[in-house]
Order: sequence, then C-alpha cells, then structure tokens
Amino acid sequence: MIRWLIKYVVIFVVLVLIQVLFLNQMQISGYLNPYIYILFVMLLPLSAPRYIVLLSGFLIGLTVDIFSNSLGLHAAATVFIAYIRPFIIRSISDREEEINDYPGLKQNKFSWFLYYSAVMVFFHHFILFYLEIFSFTQFFSTLLRVVLSSLLSVFVIVLSQFLIFRE
Amino acid sequence: MRSLLRYLLKNYAFVLFLLLEGAALALVFNHNSYQKSKYLNSSNRITGNIYQTYNSVVDYFHLNRINKELSEENAWLRSRVENITGVPAINDSLVVTLESADSTYRFISAKIINNSVNKPFNYFTLNKGRNNGIKPDQGVVTGKGIVGVVTHVSDSYAVGLSVLNSRWSISAMHKKSGNYGSLIWRGNDYRTADLTEIPLHVDISPGDSIITSGYSSVFPEGVMIGTIQDFSRPDGENYFNISVQLSTDFKALSYVEVIENQDKPEIKELENIIRDDPMAN
Repeated sequence: MIRWLIKYVVIFVVLVLIQVLFLNQMQISGYLNPYIYILFVMLLPLSAPRYIVLLSGFLIGLTVDIFSNSLGLHAAATVFIAYIRPFIIRSISDREEEINDYPGLKQNKFSWFLYYSAVMVFFHHFILFYLEIFSFTQFFSTLLRVVLSSLLSVFVIVLSQFLIFRE
Repeated sequence: MRSLLRYLLKNYAFVLFLLLEGAALALVFNHNSYQKSKYLNSSNRITGNIYQTYNSVVDYFHLNRINKELSEENAWLRSRVENITGVPAINDSLVVTLESADSTYRFISAKIINNSVNKPFNYFTLNKGRNNGIKPDQGVVTGKGIVGVVTHVSDSYAVGLSVLNSRWSISAMHKKSGNYGSLIWRGNDYRTADLTEIPLHVDISPGDSIITSGYSSVFPEGVMIGTIQDFSRPDGENYFNISVQLSTDFKALSYVEVIENQDKPEIKELENIIRDDPMAN
C-alpha cells in the first residue's frame, strides 16, 4: 500500500514538472500544446475506488492550473475524464480478454493502449480548449487546435511508456 | 428520504463528480475577472521558487543573447543621454542630471521567470514582488518595447498579463500624427496585434511607429509598441484595420523593467471624483 502511494506521488511530481517546466515552455505554435499530465489519471489502477480517481484528477488539474495561471480549466477537464474513465475502458475493451489492473502499455496490447490514450486525451483537450476560449466563434480553428494537440499528446504519452513508465 | 440517501450512496461517484466539476468551473468563472484569486496563481511561493530554480539553470543557455540585448540597450540609452545633456555620459554628472529631471516614473529591474506565447490568454511571472516595491497595475517594459501589466503580487514574485492576452487592450498612439486608438491582441500570432480606432483621414503608411499614448497611468507616453505592418479600409466603417508588428520579441523575454508611476494615487483620486460626480455623467 505504502509502496503504491510513494510510486504514485513520484509519478505525480514527475508529470507536473515535465508538464510545466518542459512541455509548457516549448511554445511551438498555438496549435500544438501537448498536455500529458493526464497520464496520472490514466495510469491509476482499474481497481482504485472512484473517489480516489476523481480527487486525484482534481488535484493534478489544479496543480497544473496554478502553474499556468489558468485557474480551474485543467481541473475541470481532468475531473471530467476521471469520471468517464470507467465507461471508456468498458467500451473499448472486448469482453473476453482480461485487462490488466494496471492500464499501462506493457501490461496490455499496444492497440488497446493507443485507443485508450487517444480517447482520454481527445475528451480532455476538447473540454480544455473550448473552456479556455469560451466561445464558439472560432469553432473550427479551436477544433484544429484540439485535434493537432491531441495527436502530439498521444504521441508523447505512448513514447513516455517506452521510456519512463516501463516498470 | 431513505431511498434518496441510498440512491446518493450508490451513485456517490456521480455526486462527487458534480461537486468537483462545479468547484472547478466556479474557479474558472471567478478567475475570469482576473483580480479575485490571490494565492492560486504562479506568484505564490512554491510555484515561484520552482520557476526561479528552473530559470537559473536554463538561463545559462541564453546568456549570449541576453548580454547582446543589454549592451544594445545600454548603447541606446547612452546615446539618448548624450542627446539630452550634450555632454558625454561617462562622467558622474549623469546622476545629477537625472535627479533634477522629471521623476514621475521609477523603474524597477526584474526578470521574467515564466512566460507563454501560444495560449489565448498569456501570462508571465516575475522574480520580484511586494518586497521590491512591485504593485498591481504597474506596467512592464523592455528596452525594445512594452511587455504587459502586473496583476497579482506576492512577497517575492509577481504575475502579469502580457500584451498577448485578449482580456485587455492598450491605449496606443500613431507617432507621426498623434492620433490614438487601442491595441488588442487577437490570439493568433505572437508577433502581431491589431490597432483599432484610428480614423480614416489619418495619413498612415507601413513602417510607421506605434507608441504608448500615456493616457492610462500604466505606461508613460512614448514607449515603443511596434510598427505598422499592414492596413486596410473596411467598407462602411470610419476606422482603419491596422495590424501592428510588435517590437518586443515575446518568445525571448528575460530582463524587464517594471514602471512605477509615482503620481498614480493622485491621478486615480482625481479620476474617481469625476466618476462619482453625478453631474459629470
């Protein structure tokens, strides 16, 4: 139990630091803002109680918000994906195959993980970008930002599974 | 009643979701009027320290460029001082001259330790705060042009809105004709902003300088904003559509100066009298 706790605290700190000190500083273009800290919510064990998932989503979202002066935006988007996570997992998994309790890349099939991260990232970015701009006047340019940033985020998340979170 | 409780317990995840989402959205909408949240921004001590540490490491890679910028600014300032006083600015008489000059504005040097350019609303964090005399509503400039305005201050850090933030506009002036308008960033490119409210009869051409007007107490008059890049006359309107190339390179900000207007309390007091006066409206 304590080992798990320490492990997730370390992942939390590492992800927040990577996000605010590296990815937020990249400033490639307005269309490419990768947000990979939601990996924390994605990697919580499937057996974790739902209130833990929701609360940790809120916490990591709020932490990133404080660093990027966008109070509440990341928290709202992350709480949302933390809530829909069980439904996403249920809908993208076959009934026969057993899903590992730890939803990482190595523990599951590559296609499953890719699908899982793509759906989670898309929902998160969709809410984040539309809530940030808070208007539908530039609907399609915001949608383009959502799609392009999602592609980059999924790429970085999958890459990180090969590099850091290999277990 | 009991069945309601049972229902809530069974669906506690949904109730908790609504609570947390509600809390997050409440924060979003309260924060939009950006003066309210005092502690939950990057001027607080923990985030400030992390950015400061990070910045002290990364800074070594930019030293070359920063040195070059500072020496260019020095050269520019020295040539201005020489133009004003007529004596070479190397000897000590410089200090005396400046003291006797108009001292409405005081400049505080600070450093940007966190900055963004690619969001719809961009902010920056400074490494100085209340202890160094920085207060909200002070303007921030570099030798090249304006940067933004301070909004939140903690003991040793400060956060501000950069020009690249569509939540505010800057009172700007066309230098050649003296006509003024407002400069707004539209959220696309960090190198350009839009200038509106310059009437059609004004003679403008690409390359003209746009400077601050001095009508707000945030910036002194005549700080560089940028040059006219392109303009058009929209049909049926009385004003030009001007796009301004910003002179500040927002992607490479490091050392900046925070401007303190020492007459500001007096100006504010006067303006409040007019605003509260029923006869004036």
